[in-house]
Amino acid sequence: MSKFRKKAATKQDIPTSALPDIIFMLLFFFMVTTVLRENTLNVMQRIPEANELTKLQKKTLVKHLYVGAPKKVELWGTEPKIQADDIFIDTKDVVLWVSKEKAKMKEHERDLITVDLKVDEEVKRGIISDIELQLRKANARKLLYTTRQHVEI
Amino acid sequence: MKKKQRVSPEINSSSMADIAFLLLIFFLVTTTIANDKGLFLLLPPDPDQMEDVDIKIPEKNLFKIQINSADKLLVENEPFTGKISDLKEMIHEFVMNNGRNPKSSDNPQKAIVSLKTDRGTSQKLFIEVVDQIKGAYHDIYAERAGVTNERWREISASPKESPEFERLYELGRGVLPDGKPEIPMNISIAEPD
Repeated sequence: MSKFRKKAATKQDIPTSALPDIIFMLLFFFMVTTVLRENTLNVMQRIPEANELTKLQKKTLVKHLYVGAPKKVELWGTEPKIQADDIFIDTKDVVLWVSKEKAKMKEHERDLITVDLKVDEEVKRGIISDIELQLRKANARKLLYTTRQHVEI
Repeated sequence: MKKKQRVSPEINSSSMADIAFLLLIFFLVTTTIANDKGLFLLLPPDPDQMEDVDIKIPEKNLFKIQINSADKLLVENEPFTGKISDLKEMIHEFVMNNGRNPKSSDNPQKAIVSLKTDRGTSQKLFIEVVDQIKGAYHDIYAERAGVTNERWREISASPKESPEFERLYELGRGVLPDGKPEIPMNISIAEPD
């Protein structure tokens, strides 16, 4: 009996004094690895999967275009649309958009602009090839199709 | 005086964890991890500024993939019914043929993989096929450089990062006397009709 009593006398609290530090470390991790979402997406974005992904090094050189069917069907219809920043643009406005984005960049980096097309997988090639043609005209020939890493199940 | 000193000047910090938790949850909810990964392509120059030269490319140096609006594939003018992942092996064989098979490419410099889609082809299938083409080339490069496919993609993303990367990059792609790569990634994506 005496043995049991001895055991019960030991302290059973888990020290929680290091808890804030652990939480702070998590916090800092998320603060560093994430960026605030710049704009609300108004188009569907189901990103297709692929295996041979490459990662872009310089984030400042990448400009994003979102293509997909609008989320609000009653407002915008069901045809796929191009979203740049916060607004929908026409295919013919892509050249103007590129030159605006280039103007925002540093002078020596302007020719290195990479356009990142985030395309919903349901979108047809027609609109995408139209965008490609406009990008060629705007001399922004570096193109990235965003994809997710394919995971074997 | 004695009474005052006995009160320990400690701030109660038990709610510190709660405050930190709140901040953590705020950042978790408001942020998205930046995802700049994908398939990289270099588009051809502006069609209006290109000179209209008809370059005849022998049929045998072209690996033609066509996709119609019903997402059906035509590979080398024959309906393709196998798995899409089989394309990788076919492209690998075609590029590295080096004239062994007289009906296939002469050498890797002349070999061109041509992909033509219809306006109605889905982006999903297009991405899958481009993935296979890039995969075939990445495998060839990685094998020559003696690294894994994943490592090769890391190297090719920034070949100038270190001398080691530069050496492996040149080993993988090979350098001809005129400075061009021995095995260029010739992917031609034609405009849909």
